[in-house]
Amino acid sequence: MFSKEVSLYKVIAFGALIVLLVMPMFLQKAYYLRIFGIAGIYVMLAVSLNFISGLAGQFSLGHAAFYGIGAYTAALVSLNFSASFIISIVAGALVSMIAGVFVGLPAIRLRQVYLAVATLGLGEIVRIVLLNWTDVTRGPMGLPGIPNPLIFNWEVNSAVEYYYLVLIFAAVTIFVFHALSRGKLGLVLRAVRDNEQAVRTTGINTTLYKLLAFVIGGGFAGLAGGLFAFMSSYISPDNFMFNESIIILAMVVIGGLGSLPGSIVGALLLSLAPEFLRFLDDYRMITFGLMLLLMILFRPEGLLSEHWANSFFKKKLSLKPRGINYDIGNN
Amino acid sequence: MFVEQFLNGISLGMIYALIAIGFTLIFGVLNLINFAHGEIYMIGAFVAFTFVTIGGLSLPVAFLLSIIVAGFMGVLMERVAFRPLRKSFPEATLLATLGLSIVMKEAATLIWGPETHTISNNAQTMFKLGSVNVSLSQVSIFVVALLFMIGLHLFLTKTYWGMAIRALAQNREAASLMGVNVNLIISVTFAIGSAMGGAAGVLTGSYYGAFYPSMGFLPGLKAFVAMVLGGLTSIPGAVVGGLFLGLSESMASSYLPSGWKDAIAFILLLLVLLIFPQGITKRKEA
Repeated sequence: MFSKEVSLYKVIAFGALIVLLVMPMFLQKAYYLRIFGIAGIYVMLAVSLNFISGLAGQFSLGHAAFYGIGAYTAALVSLNFSASFIISIVAGALVSMIAGVFVGLPAIRLRQVYLAVATLGLGEIVRIVLLNWTDVTRGPMGLPGIPNPLIFNWEVNSAVEYYYLVLIFAAVTIFVFHALSRGKLGLVLRAVRDNEQAVRTTGINTTLYKLLAFVIGGGFAGLAGGLFAFMSSYISPDNFMFNESIIILAMVVIGGLGSLPGSIVGALLLSLAPEFLRFLDDYRMITFGLMLLLMILFRPEGLLSEHWANSFFKKKLSLKPRGINYDIGNN
Repeated sequence: MFVEQFLNGISLGMIYALIAIGFTLIFGVLNLINFAHGEIYMIGAFVAFTFVTIGGLSLPVAFLLSIIVAGFMGVLMERVAFRPLRKSFPEATLLATLGLSIVMKEAATLIWGPETHTISNNAQTMFKLGSVNVSLSQVSIFVVALLFMIGLHLFLTKTYWGMAIRALAQNREAASLMGVNVNLIISVTFAIGSAMGGAAGVLTGSYYGAFYPSMGFLPGLKAFVAMVLGGLTSIPGAVVGGLFLGLSESMASSYLPSGWKDAIAFILLLLVLLIFPQGITKRKEA
């Protein structure tokens, strides 16, 4: 039988990767490459929040807390112990995962609005600690002088190199969350979101799964934070405020709750658009707010809804040339 | 010193209580949280001081006008972010009011600028009460807030609209069957809750002599904590919660470095939510 079919989304993902790989050849301005680097970090954050809020349905208004914990841990490990890049960001991700347990434990007992407010409170506590634990975090002065990453013999230095570093991390993050959300874990989390009691009756420990969502989502947000710390070489509590949590949440909601392609598109849209529409600078936050409000009012499922994403993942691209029927005997 | 901290705490607590009452009223009727409530507080302060500085009105007149403006904004807010979403998923209003709060804060920044505006007023005048220094604005906060609370109590117990609000909070369908105009009463609830939020904004603005576009965020959150402490649906509870929070913050600020003061509210919030995950008072499942 000669009939080749590939998933459409794989073709698109592959195409997008090729475009992103060759883009620095055409987009040579360091400034634009940095913007894409930041956008890649937001993609990681949005995709990881989507796992917690979209898939598992656990609304979190404190995602910036994981991001900040990851960034500060990575920076402190690197600065104080002159640890390598890999060790620093892995430490950041691990501490964020532990934070995920601490956020998740109270969170899994709470529902809806209570959960949202509790995560907001935790996010604020993290900000207050970063701001006031001056012996370690230097408070509002922030942490300067985070060195360039050295990965084996590759010293990440120029904007192009940072671009590729973020691209690798973002691609791996997307791949991991795609695999997770299409696997058993994703299935259970969606089921927990839609009807937790029904899931419990099948003997599944829903508490554990919800906790897992926070740990994994928090871990990757921490990874993004570590990457951000190295990329910008200076971090301060201002980078991880409540606004940041809201921007990440807006990306997920505007893209489509529960939809992985939606989160990617939402993150790219909200992080790239303001940079390329510079005249909108003063209106950046108000545009986010308006978009969030209008989206909820008129298209609550988001730009690329979860439903759309599910059928998109099933679409096949036939590689058969048109007009020729290879299936002999099949009328 | 202790007495002065105590008086500070009471003033702060009365402000939290006023904002928390608005939260509680809206939560009681709709079982939803208005995330933009803190922004009403901010708008209230800005409107009043615009009336004073540009309109040349006296503070009490500006105060009354800005309460009316805040009330109207509350009604408008309900139309925009609550009514269309009544049948939507539970977090929809949360997200919509979050979006709305960003829009309001940014709009205020665009109109009035991001900087902190200061006013000099005679509200800071201190006078001696026995051996204790009291400022005029502390007294006015206490008196005005108390008047609002008594007025609200009378309104809720003695008037038709007030009783209709309580009826809605108990059972919306039954109230509707008894001929209560549900949409109207919800609008009235928002008007009153927001007016009190706006009043709190003006009082704080004159207390500290300063106001800025992001001033609504922390008091809004803390008032929410006060409401949770007070059991979510109880107005006396919200007042007690507000006073408790105000007092603990001002007492703690004499023992803790000032930066840590803001953490108290959130730690209290987490403790309460952990011990009573569904709120302090048991509510019937919707």
